[in-house]
Amino acid sequence: MNLILVTFIILLAFTSYYFGRKKALVIQSSQRLTALPKFYGYYLAAWCAAPALIIFALWSVFEPSIVKTFILQDYTDQNLTKNELQLIYTKVKALAAGTYTGNITNFLDESANKYIQLKGIANSAKVAIILAILIFSLSFAYRSVQKNDRMREPVEIFLKWVLFVASLGAVLVTIGIVFSLLFEAIRFFQAVKIFDFIFGTHWYPAKTFVRDGQPDPELMKDAFGAVPLFAGTFFIAFIAMCVAIPIGLLSGIYLSEYAGRGIRKYAKPIIEILAGIPTVVYGFFAALTVGPFVKEIGNAMGLEVSAESALAAGAVMGVMIIPFISSLSDDVMTAVPQNLRDGSYAMGATKSETVKKVIFPAALPGIVGSILLAVSRAVGETMIVVMASGLAANLTMNPLESTSTITAQIVVILIGDQQFGDPKTQSAFALGISLFIVTLLLNVIALSVVKKYREKYE
Amino acid sequence: MLKNIGKNMNSFKKNLLKKRYNAERRFQWYGKIAIGLALSFLAVFMFQIFSKGYSAFQKTWIVTEVHYDKELLLIDAESPSKDDLENADYYDVAYKAMTSLDTGLPEEEDRQLIQMVSYKYEAEVKDLLLKNPDFLGKIVPIKLTASDDVDQVHKGNYPRDIPEKNRRVNDYQLQIYDMLNERGDILSEFNISFFTSPDSREAELAGIASSFMGTVFSILVCLAFSFPVAVLAAIYLEEFAPKNKFTDFIEVNINNLAAVPSIVFGLLGLGVLLAVFNLPRSTPLVGGITLSLMTLPTIIIAARASLKAVPPSIREAALAMGASNMQTTMHHTVPLSMPGTLSGTIIGLAQALGETAPLILIGMVAFVNTIPGTPVDPAASLPVQIYIWSESAERGFVEKVSACIMVLLAFLILMNLAAQIVRHKFEKKWS
Repeated sequence: MNLILVTFIILLAFTSYYFGRKKALVIQSSQRLTALPKFYGYYLAAWCAAPALIIFALWSVFEPSIVKTFILQDYTDQNLTKNELQLIYTKVKALAAGTYTGNITNFLDESANKYIQLKGIANSAKVAIILAILIFSLSFAYRSVQKNDRMREPVEIFLKWVLFVASLGAVLVTIGIVFSLLFEAIRFFQAVKIFDFIFGTHWYPAKTFVRDGQPDPELMKDAFGAVPLFAGTFFIAFIAMCVAIPIGLLSGIYLSEYAGRGIRKYAKPIIEILAGIPTVVYGFFAALTVGPFVKEIGNAMGLEVSAESALAAGAVMGVMIIPFISSLSDDVMTAVPQNLRDGSYAMGATKSETVKKVIFPAALPGIVGSILLAVSRAVGETMIVVMASGLAANLTMNPLESTSTITAQIVVILIGDQQFGDPKTQSAFALGISLFIVTLLLNVIALSVVKKYREKYE
Repeated sequence: MLKNIGKNMNSFKKNLLKKRYNAERRFQWYGKIAIGLALSFLAVFMFQIFSKGYSAFQKTWIVTEVHYDKELLLIDAESPSKDDLENADYYDVAYKAMTSLDTGLPEEEDRQLIQMVSYKYEAEVKDLLLKNPDFLGKIVPIKLTASDDVDQVHKGNYPRDIPEKNRRVNDYQLQIYDMLNERGDILSEFNISFFTSPDSREAELAGIASSFMGTVFSILVCLAFSFPVAVLAAIYLEEFAPKNKFTDFIEVNINNLAAVPSIVFGLLGLGVLLAVFNLPRSTPLVGGITLSLMTLPTIIIAARASLKAVPPSIREAALAMGASNMQTTMHHTVPLSMPGTLSGTIIGLAQALGETAPLILIGMVAFVNTIPGTPVDPAASLPVQIYIWSESAERGFVEKVSACIMVLLAFLILMNLAAQIVRHKFEKKWS
C-alpha cells in the first residue's frame, strides 16, 4: 500500500515535470519566458512531490502511536502497568496479522477487530488526504506556471532548503545518539544509583538475572560498579600507548626529518596500511598468535600468564595505533617553519639536537593532540579486547592477567537476544554514554589543541 | 703550561664533538628501528594470515566406491522416474560406500569410518545418482567431502604425535587415511564450496557465501543512505551556508561525530532502528543504515575538502556569464569536485566494510545457513563471520578464518585501489 502510494507520487512528479516543460513551450509561442523551460517542469514536480511526501512521512511516523492509544483506551480501567499494556498491544497486532499462537480471549478478539478497522480507516484517510494535497498543490503550482511567474528562484530556494535539511542529518545523528543513550541510561539509573555505578568496584551484571520477578535491590547495588571497567579500559589503552608512542613518534620524526623523498613516499602509505586493517582481524591475530606467544614467554620466565592477557590485547592495539601517531606527528613536524631549523643549524647544532631542542618543542601541541586522538581511538576500540582480553571484569594492574573494558562489556551484554527494560541491558547504554562522554572530551581537547597550533604557524 | 691546556681543550672539544656525532647517529638509528619495527609488524602479520589461510582454498576429498543397489535403495520400479530416485533411501548405500573401505572391521566400530567424511555424505551420494541416473545398479567411484579432522591431517596442520586420547582422529582412522593416501584416493582440489556455500557448524562445509552477500547488501544500503545526504550536506556547508553560530555548530558536530567509537553507533542502531522503528533484526538493511550513519561524517569531510579545492576562478567565471549561485554550484563546482568526493566515499565505505562491533549489536551475529537474497533477510557480514568462526573451537575453523581475512583484505585493497584510480585518473590538477 505505502509502496504504491510513494511510487504513484514519484511517477506523478515525473509526469508533471514533462507537462510543465511542455506548458513552457506553449507559453513561449505567445510571450517571453521568465526562465528556462526545464525550470517550469522542476517547479511543478517539486510542488507535486514535496508536500505529499512530507505529509506521508509525518503520517507514517505518527499513525502507529495514535492507533495504539485508541486500542489501549479499552484497557485503561484495568489498572495495568505500562509493560503489560505493551504486551497486550503486541498480542493484538499479532492476532490482527494472523500470526498469534496463544489462546484468544473475546476481549483480545474484539481489540484485534478494532485494530483492523482502525487500520483500514487510517489507510483510506491517508490516501484521501494525500490525493487532496496532490490536487491542491498541483493546481496551485499550475496556476503560477500559467501566470508565467518567475520560475527559477522558487526552484532554487527549494533546492537550497533540501541542501539545508541534508546538512541537518549529521546533527540528527548526534541527537539520536545522545537521546537513545540517555533514554535507556536514565532508566538504568532509576534502578541503580549513579553513585554505585561510578564508584562501585564490582562488575557482575549476570548476577542480577532472576527468572520471573524483580531482582533483589541489594544484589543490584553490588553488581553494577563500573570502576573495574574504567580501570581496565585505561589500563589497556595505556599499554597500547606504551607500544604506539615510542614507535610512532620516532617513525614520525624519521619520516619528517631524515628520510629521503623516496623512502617517505613508500614507507608512509605502507605504515598507514596498519590503520586500515579491520580491527576484528587484529583481534584474531591477538587471540591466536600474540596471546599464546606472550603466555609461552611468561611461562618460560616462570610467570603466571593468562592466555587472554591485557598485555596481548594492549600490544596489538598499540600496533594498530602506530600510524595515527606517526602520520599526524610527521605532518605537524613537517609544518614547522624551515627558518627554525635553519637557525638551529646555523648555531652549529646537529640534526638530532635540532629535532630534540627546537622542532619537537615547537611541534609539541600538535603531537599532544595526535596522541590524545590516538588515546580516544584506543578507548573506543572494541573487537581486539573482546577477542583477546577476556570478558571477566577484574580490577587488576597486572598486565599478565585478563581484564575487561567498557566496550567489551557492551558487546558481552548485548550479544544475542536483548530484553529492553532489563537493568542488565540498560547498563550497556549507561556504559555507552560514559564511553561517548570520555571520547568526546578527548576529541574536543585534542582538536582545540591542534587548531591552536595550526593558527600559530599559518 | 699554556700549551698543555690548549691541547687538553682541543682533545676535550674533539671528544665532545665525537659524542655529539655519536648521539646523532644513535638517534637516526632509533628512527630507522622504529620504522623497521612498524613494517615488520605488518610483515609478520601478513605472513601469519597467509601461511595459516592459504590451505583453506584446498578441499580434501576421499574417493571410494558406491554400489547403487536397487534393493538397498528400496526402488521397485523397473525404470524408475526422477521422483523415485528423489525419494529413494540412500542411507544404506552411503553407509556401505564408506564401510567397504575396510571390510574386516567389526560392525559396531563402523562409526569410525563414517566419521572420516562430512555428515552430509549421504546427500553427496544421492546427488551423484540424481545427476547420472544411468549409474543405477552399477558400482561407481565417488568423491566424498572429508571431515575437517581428516582434512587437517591431510594438510599437515594436525600434530600426529600427540597421545591418541587427546586427538580427535584416532590411530585406526590415521591408518585408514595412510592407506587411502598411498592408493591416491585422497584428493586435494580447489575449494569452490568455500565461496559458494553458506555458513555451517561443520568446518569442512562452511563457506562465506552468506556473509559475503550480507556484506554486499549492507554496503549497498550504506552507500544509498550516506552518499546523497553527505554530498548535499557538504554542498550546503561549503557553498551556501551563512557564517553564523549554527553553521559552526553543525561543523563541530560533524568533526566530533567522525571520532565517536563505532560501538556507540551500534547502540544507536539498537536503541533507535530496532527498538523505535521496529526494523527487522539481524538484517543487512539495519546494518547498512547503522554503517551509513558512521560513514556520513567521513564522506562529508572528504566532499567538503574536494569542493574547497575547486579554484574560485571557476565560480567567478560562471557567475560572470550570468549563472545563478545554484547553477554555478550544480553545473561547475560539484561536477569538478566529484572525483575527490567519490574517492572519499570509497574510502569511507572501505572503513564501514571492516566494521564488526556495531553489526554484532544489531544482531548480525546470528547463525545463518542460507544465502540472503534481499537486504531484509537475516545475514552476517565478512568481519562478523571472522568473529563467529574465531570463537569456534574446532581446528578446521582457524584456516577458514584466515582465508576469510584474506578475502576481506583483498576486498579492502581493491576498494582502496579504486579510490586511488578515481582520484588520479579523473581529478583535474589546478595550477
